[in-house]
Amino acid sequence: MEAWTALIQILDATIRVSVPLLLACLAGLYSERAGVFDIGLEGKMLAGAFVGAAAAATAASAAFPGAAWLGLCAAIMISVFLALVHGFASITNRGNQIVSGVAINFIAAGSTIILGQAWFRQGGRTPALSADHRFNAIEIGTLRSYVDSFTLAFPGFPAGAAGESSFVWLARGIWVVVAYPFQLLFGTLGYLLAWVLLGVDAVVQYIPFVSDVFRELILGHSLLAYFAFTMVPFTWWVLYRTRFGLRLRAVGENPGAVDTAGISVPWLRYRAVICTGLLTGVAGTYLAVSQNAGFVKDMTAGKGFIALAALIFAKWKPVPAMFACLLFGFLEALSIRYQGLAWPGIGRVPVQFINALPFILTVILLAGFIGKAIPPRAGGVPYVKER
Amino acid sequence: MAEAAIELIGIDKSFGPVRANRDIHLEVPRGTIHGIIGENGAGKSTLMSILYGFYQADSGEIKVGGKPTAIKSPNDAIAVGIGMVHQHFMLVENFTVIENVILGAEGEALLNTSIAKARSELHRLEKEYGLEVDPDAVIEELPVGLQQRVEILKALYRGAEILILDEPTGVLTPAEADHLFRILRQLKEQGKTIVLITHKLREIMAITDNVSVMRQGTMVATRATARTTVEELAELMVGRRVLLRVEKGPARPGDVKLDVSGLTVKDSRGVTMVDGVSFNVRAGEIVGIAGVAGNGQSELLEAISGIRKAVAGKVLLDGSPVDVSGLTDPGDLRDRGLAHVPEDRHHVGLVLPFEENENSILGYHDEDQYVNGPFLDIPAILKSAESQIEKYDIRPPNPRLKTANFSGGNQQKIVLAREMEQDPGVLIVGQPTRGVDVGAIEFIHKRLIAMRDAGKAVLLVSVELDEIRSLSDRILVMFAGRVVGERGPDATEGELGLLMAGVEEKEAAE
Repeated sequence: MEAWTALIQILDATIRVSVPLLLACLAGLYSERAGVFDIGLEGKMLAGAFVGAAAAATAASAAFPGAAWLGLCAAIMISVFLALVHGFASITNRGNQIVSGVAINFIAAGSTIILGQAWFRQGGRTPALSADHRFNAIEIGTLRSYVDSFTLAFPGFPAGAAGESSFVWLARGIWVVVAYPFQLLFGTLGYLLAWVLLGVDAVVQYIPFVSDVFRELILGHSLLAYFAFTMVPFTWWVLYRTRFGLRLRAVGENPGAVDTAGISVPWLRYRAVICTGLLTGVAGTYLAVSQNAGFVKDMTAGKGFIALAALIFAKWKPVPAMFACLLFGFLEALSIRYQGLAWPGIGRVPVQFINALPFILTVILLAGFIGKAIPPRAGGVPYVKER
Repeated sequence: MAEAAIELIGIDKSFGPVRANRDIHLEVPRGTIHGIIGENGAGKSTLMSILYGFYQADSGEIKVGGKPTAIKSPNDAIAVGIGMVHQHFMLVENFTVIENVILGAEGEALLNTSIAKARSELHRLEKEYGLEVDPDAVIEELPVGLQQRVEILKALYRGAEILILDEPTGVLTPAEADHLFRILRQLKEQGKTIVLITHKLREIMAITDNVSVMRQGTMVATRATARTTVEELAELMVGRRVLLRVEKGPARPGDVKLDVSGLTVKDSRGVTMVDGVSFNVRAGEIVGIAGVAGNGQSELLEAISGIRKAVAGKVLLDGSPVDVSGLTDPGDLRDRGLAHVPEDRHHVGLVLPFEENENSILGYHDEDQYVNGPFLDIPAILKSAESQIEKYDIRPPNPRLKTANFSGGNQQKIVLAREMEQDPGVLIVGQPTRGVDVGAIEFIHKRLIAMRDAGKAVLLVSVELDEIRSLSDRILVMFAGRVVGERGPDATEGELGLLMAGVEEKEAAE
């Protein structure tokens, strides 16, 4: 039973650490399938985490409702902005995509610490976010209270605090008007979904093991985690079943074919890098506003690069990308759990070695076990009309 | 005269200081096949790219169907019914045929309906024009002839009434080219207008109704094909009289310089490409290897020149064996007097971003004349490059120019000059005139004959049957990896063609 619990816990941790990998990996997929290599996933994620946490913290201190959502929007905005910078350098000005990506990583790593210190004076951190201002895990309790509290009359309209400025009051009003239709639609859908899940729980809670899987692995994650895993089939659908996906794949293989077909190569590639920015923004938000209670310097810790490795490992395909990210997530979860543990026959293994394990395995996997990974043929090459 | 499908009036186009097109006037009557001929760099492709909206003309007017039309992008060209088949196919190689056909003309945001629509439309085009191709085949698995058909289908699917083909036969086998011409005639009968860009005179004579000749950016003449001759066109193209067939005396063969026996070579997939080939080349003769591309000629050349390992067989160079089954250092072979002009000058023969003088010593860069202790002797290299440039009439005569900026013919001359000037005993030449202009072809052919007359052994591989026939003293025909016949220089085209198609072999087996 103890082994079972341990397994469930490791798998649960696997999913949690896989989410930012998966988001970054899918982000890279959009850009690289369109022929723009993006080594700057790490930097965009980091900038997204910082700006997301900073915006959420600022909104929280002004008692603004939906601070987490505001953080998400801000994270996406900065991340898309950086993606457009990368696009401007590598699409419009035909610069070297690796150099541009590395530059974005450096800018993000340095400026987040400096700005964090200048704005919040907490050693480069952002102020800790309370549970109300984060994307929290959705548990059985959450579902139940959601069902209990749900009314079609717009719930959660926040009461104004005494003495708030007219600006905050106005912002609150705009927020409500803009959000209301969405709240109504998603609220209703969420309500129905919650009912279904509660029903499932009522059934499975008497079945051993299955109920653990349901409560620990399927439930118990934040909204952004569900978003990440939903993006896998969605990305597949976009790539293989829509006009945009067809053109995206084509421009990564042979931009000449796209150009002669009367489609603008730059505009198509810009749209691809915008998709990348959107997803890295969500990944950053997940790190700083969901998994953690704020931004910590260098909190991405190489995830952007592991995501790139996973992308190559998955041969630039969405569903294999998910499995690759889960594999790398699993390795990381193992290393977190077993650091400092004495192994039979070996003795105590240094923490550093355990921490390095996922990276070592990445190298081994990439070096020998994936066969030939053929990147998009036009990847990394700026498009110049031939003379 | 029939109504003009396209009319170009006073088209001018410059790229920086280079005037690619100057004051071009062209009229293409509806329902005809119109050839545009000229040497590489004469401005044919630029002119057609302007018509297709890839570039904008600096000045001039385009009329399509009698109406002045502004063509600012390929989209505009497609909208007025102009389709283009590019020299380098604009296909996504790992897409299926149908995906390539609909790309850019999908209609709807979701693919399901557009694919279904394209499928029935492809079926109709297939019936109407005999353009058969499996819509679900992946492009990279199709032979080039079929890939080209997909390009034509792409244009027709977009409703093209005017079809521009840029050097369409450069990559095709003779049989595929014939098939293409049948398709083009059929398209013409259906009322389509076809513009054919080429530098091959034979094609112009075979299929076009009218022909326009371009030279150095200008349109020098337009003729009805029936009322002109190959000689006249060649002269118009080059600006001087051209010898289309080289003159040569009889060969005086000497000792055997290169002796190949039982050579067997497999490609990277393990498929046998050369299957027990034996032959020899004597001093003072040219042995030509004919065959449709892909029948093992490339692998044979690579094995003899030490680039590819052979699995069996022997090669004797000047009577002493060459280790063909191991990794022979091509440099050793060079030292032993075997020079190699590779088939693919871009990937094997030259480093395009290098300066001309650097390429002119590639492979010989460690010889005493070019080095000064551990350093390259730059003045000596430049001097030798300049003498090669003069001797081989390489233009522009600038040894410091980047090799990529030379035309195809001049690049080929750089390779030939490098290999021939080392005075090798044996010269192996692959596709010496692929993508080379008429004028340069004449020059290269003369040089090869001169090598022969100087007592060198020359092994020539070419897919151009004319070239093989006019240069070789003995002709070997390769089919499916084996030498299926040997003929003298007086063999007819039909006879060799049958051998190349493997016909005689089959009959013998029956």
